[in-house]
Amino acid sequence: MSDRLRNALSCTPVHLAIIGITFIWTLPSVGLLISSLRSKSDVFGTGWWSVFQHPFDFTQYQLDNYIHVLSMEGMGRAFLNSLTITIPSTVIPIAVAAFAAYAFAWMEFPGRQVLFVVVVGLLVVPLQMTLIPLLRVYNRLGLSGTFLGIWLAHTGYGLPFAVYMLRNFIGSLPRDLFESAYLDGASHLTAFIRLALPLSVPAIASLAIFQFLWVWNDLLVALIYLGGTEQVAPLTLKLSAMVQSLGQDWHLLTAAAFISMALPLIVFFSLQRYFVQGILAGSVKG
Amino acid sequence: MEALPASISQILNTLLAVLVGVGGVISLYVALDFLIRFLPKNVQQRIRPWIFVGPLLLILAFYLVYPTLNTIFLSFLDKRSESFVGLKNYFFAVTNPAMLTAFRNNLLWLVLLTTFSVGLGLVIAVLANRVRYETVVKSLIFLPLAISFVGASVIWRFVYAYKPADVSQIGLLNSILVNFLGLEPIGWFVEKALNNFALIAVGVWLQTGFCMVVLSAAIKSISGEVIEAARVDGANEWQLFWRIIVPMISSTIAVVATTVVINSLKAFDIVFVLTNGNRGTEVLANRMYKEMFQFRDFGRASAVAVILLVAIIPVMAVNIRRFQEQEAVR
Repeated sequence: MSDRLRNALSCTPVHLAIIGITFIWTLPSVGLLISSLRSKSDVFGTGWWSVFQHPFDFTQYQLDNYIHVLSMEGMGRAFLNSLTITIPSTVIPIAVAAFAAYAFAWMEFPGRQVLFVVVVGLLVVPLQMTLIPLLRVYNRLGLSGTFLGIWLAHTGYGLPFAVYMLRNFIGSLPRDLFESAYLDGASHLTAFIRLALPLSVPAIASLAIFQFLWVWNDLLVALIYLGGTEQVAPLTLKLSAMVQSLGQDWHLLTAAAFISMALPLIVFFSLQRYFVQGILAGSVKG
Repeated sequence: MEALPASISQILNTLLAVLVGVGGVISLYVALDFLIRFLPKNVQQRIRPWIFVGPLLLILAFYLVYPTLNTIFLSFLDKRSESFVGLKNYFFAVTNPAMLTAFRNNLLWLVLLTTFSVGLGLVIAVLANRVRYETVVKSLIFLPLAISFVGASVIWRFVYAYKPADVSQIGLLNSILVNFLGLEPIGWFVEKALNNFALIAVGVWLQTGFCMVVLSAAIKSISGEVIEAARVDGANEWQLFWRIIVPMISSTIAVVATTVVINSLKAFDIVFVLTNGNRGTEVLANRMYKEMFQFRDFGRASAVAVILLVAIIPVMAVNIRRFQEQEAVR
């Protein structure tokens, strides 16, 4: 009994430390969420923590800020743009990478190892190296400011990581499985579609979450290839423009920021397991 | 209400684009695979792998290899890429005061962001491993990773918000300073002694969760017997941490640290949104953006990009070697 008591006491500092750190870590996001629900005069008059004086007085919360930014500030449009950009930018690189990963893992061709090492090497080429030449080509081809242009750009930037991860996964599937399929007369295409793809669903899922969050949260690529046009600007671009133009309008900025975070947070909480697996599988995004 | 038809058509466009994009990509591969079936068997076998990897290689060549080489070339040309200027852009890059500030700050980012994210990530992973509500703690620490740098910047701009001393503070940090410690409020982004640390703190808040998750998985893979044996031999918790846990996960620590190092070299969004590099907070990536769009000097912008690449190459070498070691084991 005294042993258990001593054990519990010796653990107290651990509990205090971990709860303290978690509290500090969460506080900024909580402040954002609460502020986005308060009226303008409240936000400017008192700190957001003052709602805790009577947390259940629901008259101090309202949704006006959200209604305002969605309709007046064009956040609704930006939300759709973000979706239009993100979905194809997630699916296309994964499709291209899956075919290539299968070839690197199970097909014989000259230069296989060298090419794969080059792909892995490209992982850490900073995006900045590609901006000027690509923007010039894009301007000449009329691709800048178009969704097609940014889909392909995200595809290019996302591919090395996608190939790296899928090759590791598809390559670690049991060899017997593929050899017996080939013996039964399956072509590579059949083996890829019927065997490799279904078995790689966990890897593809975590990769998809990764790429989705990366594209959704990207600012630089959108800034370069899309410019600031309302027609195509995603949430990140819109939000960073609002920081410049609205400056101190915290009630609007906090609501806008929360709108931009809502979908990634839903994805994150519902698919956290895959996300963590993805991070563990290969934590080297260029 | 006028916006409604527009958004509906945009939703339809999105759907159409997804269908065309995905369908197009898959049918490209299937069609090519079908076409070569008319060739002799041995030719088929030689061509087929290139159908699987061909599109990848073409895209990578166009989006990564060609631009990289071209940027290196452009860095030796003038502002408008018309005439050869030798090393002039590089000379500018290592002498210009704004560039020197950027170098200093990137170094600051590299050292502080890596130390604090990896250090805190490790501490939290070890502590969380010992409590029953581990999953909750880890989710909350990890959560910022799902947030964009821009979103995080808004969150922290609010934490750092500054009001004159005679008005009530709405920013968390200044409120603590004024109400609890009885100090003057601080303009966190304005004070030159503090602003870089204020920006890096945002980076630490975002990256620690990543370090924690990877390190936590490594800690869990240490066998319980090893820990027990050390305890039986009389090791206290402190010794256990430094003599057993840290050495056993050192390769994972290295992996996590290289990733954070790359991120700190490429730091852009936080600086761009919060200070735009003003008042001594410039970093290389933001400097490059300015050279490119504000000053329209493609030579200098390219030189900055090349310097970034050169800084990252050692990390790239480590990455490739790690991959080859993995292959050798397989």
